[in-house]
Amino acid sequence: MKSNQNDAEFRLAWIGMGLAAPAGFLLAILYVLPLLCLLLLSLTDYELGATTLRWLGTENFQRAWQDPVFIRSLKNTLVYMSIVIPGGVLLSLLVALLIHQRVRSRSFYEVIYFLPVTSTMIAMATVWQFLLHPKLGFINAALKAVGLGETAFITDPSWVIPSLALIGLWQMIGFNMIIYLAGLSQIPQEIYEAAEVDGVHAGWERFIHITWPMLTPTTLFVVVTTCISAFKVFDTVLALTQGKSQSEVVLYAIYLEGFQYFKMGYAAALTLIFLALIFAASSIQLLKMDKKAHYA
Amino acid sequence: MGSSLSVKNISKGFGINKALVDVSLNIKPGEFVSLLGPSGCGKSTLLRIIAGLLNADQGDVALNDASILGLRPNERNIAMVFQNYALYPHMSVHDNIATPLMMSSFPFWARQPLIRNFWPGNRSTNLSIDEKVLSAAKGLQIEMLLDRKPSQLSGGQRQRVALARAMVRSPAVFLMDEPLSNLDAKLRIQIREELSQLHKSLGATFLYVTHDQTEALTLSDRVAVMDAGQVLQFDTPQNLYQKPANLTVAQFIGSPQINCWEMKADSLGRLNQGEWLVQGNLQLSVNSKVTLALRPEQIQVSLNASEFSQVVDLRVKARVTRLENHGPEWIFWAEPTTGKPIPLIVRASTKSMPKISVGDILWLGWLLQDCLIFDPQGQRLDINLIPGSQA
Repeated sequence: MKSNQNDAEFRLAWIGMGLAAPAGFLLAILYVLPLLCLLLLSLTDYELGATTLRWLGTENFQRAWQDPVFIRSLKNTLVYMSIVIPGGVLLSLLVALLIHQRVRSRSFYEVIYFLPVTSTMIAMATVWQFLLHPKLGFINAALKAVGLGETAFITDPSWVIPSLALIGLWQMIGFNMIIYLAGLSQIPQEIYEAAEVDGVHAGWERFIHITWPMLTPTTLFVVVTTCISAFKVFDTVLALTQGKSQSEVVLYAIYLEGFQYFKMGYAAALTLIFLALIFAASSIQLLKMDKKAHYA
Repeated sequence: MGSSLSVKNISKGFGINKALVDVSLNIKPGEFVSLLGPSGCGKSTLLRIIAGLLNADQGDVALNDASILGLRPNERNIAMVFQNYALYPHMSVHDNIATPLMMSSFPFWARQPLIRNFWPGNRSTNLSIDEKVLSAAKGLQIEMLLDRKPSQLSGGQRQRVALARAMVRSPAVFLMDEPLSNLDAKLRIQIREELSQLHKSLGATFLYVTHDQTEALTLSDRVAVMDAGQVLQFDTPQNLYQKPANLTVAQFIGSPQINCWEMKADSLGRLNQGEWLVQGNLQLSVNSKVTLALRPEQIQVSLNASEFSQVVDLRVKARVTRLENHGPEWIFWAEPTTGKPIPLIVRASTKSMPKISVGDILWLGWLLQDCLIFDPQGQRLDINLIPGSQA
């Protein structure tokens, strides 16, 4: 009797492992193995096409902290994130709140705000290049009309990152708005009615006591995804500046090292630093906000 | 402490749909009144208009004879308990119960986040709020749950928290929107009992919306039966059952449903069902259709025509088609063997039931004084019927 039971358990364990094997195999091949290769590569001076390679240990990582381009790219990325994350979260929430109550025009606004998400950034970048152009651009024309001087948004080093962030915001808001709209429609109407009876009727207090806390899980998701996509900004830089006017961001710096200068070992080290930073940022947010989030 | 509540000629439409048509109700101070009706009859709409969550197209709502239509929901001296409890999921039980007090005790700026921590005098107000919350919680035996979140509570506990949140500011009128419909059958009976106790101890006026007639009839002093946006009858549970104003009320109240026969008035003023005749002081035109109705428990059962234990006015021979044993009583369906095969529903106590099974032939008989009679428009006629003579 006892051994029968053990046999059954043993068989069940094997069946379980067998069923999990294909997924486990794919996970190993597609994620774990490349990460290990990256780790090994980052400890060498491998260059694309080179026939020899030298073991460097942690030299690549030490070099990264003294590399002015990489440090600048980190700074640029942080500035970019500090604009895109709060802006992308709060503006999309504002837009979602405004169009949530619309009945007939809601789908119209949804489409309008969602269009940038579906459009190709490389193509849109040319439009932005034109809009932001110091001489021909619409934005400078408008600034001039109200008496402000012309600004070289893309070529002036002090303006280029905020300009890129603006484009990033423009593209991000539609996506976040859709997530927030889904979150808003999850809040039961009865809660607002109960709040009304309890005396919570001013718009601001409805928001601070009901809407905002009820949206915590949504906000958590939006913050993490916005943070990751802001960290990964690349296409606008490639299309608009190619890193000129000191506009390198982290991913662009890695791209330069790896695919322009073919220093794969160093690029691998930078990539690992990049991954570690994303991982750390996301974990902190998840841990910190998950405690506050309520899941109904 | 309870207030009188009067609803005067309230009408409300949503687009082309009429949710309420000229509804009026006068509720006495401290009374427990139910609004009973099928879903979509307008009962919840009426409750929301009284609460101030919806605006009526016409009419007035008054508390102690003073109109409250111009007031916000929180200024109306009412509290509401919602069907799905509508607790704030992100707040502890304590904060849920405290919310109405927070909103009414602090001026606008004193209750804003951050500022409220430094506002002078807030500390003592907070202490008095905590005291009231605790006493409301104790009244409902949930004082040990104050630190929990609603998601950590069972359905019955959530309902108690919702009740405590309503109680905590001692309103004159409690509005309840199907508060028991999400609870299981056993708990429903328990909370029903507690609601009744609560009503007695608070002395407040209760207005209770439900589609469950057992709840309405057992809890209420009076019940307003609603259908299609109108109040069909507003009366005590006993009168609703014994003297329904019209056919719709008669058919809605009572389970199993009341038995109905359509009868035609003949040229002699008698009512003809085909098999039997009845007559009374009827002023009906020839061929007008009248409905005769009889509660299932008014029907006597006998195995042969002459052995009824009590006197009956009318009798039919019938075949049993379906049988339900409910323990203390039996409910069965029987089709008359002659005439129209409309099954009659019979409810008989187990003690007085002969042993029968499906397919058996037996006799059913009843007294005409137990029958209700409704005119062609469905209104009940207060008339005594006697068996009709053939002449």
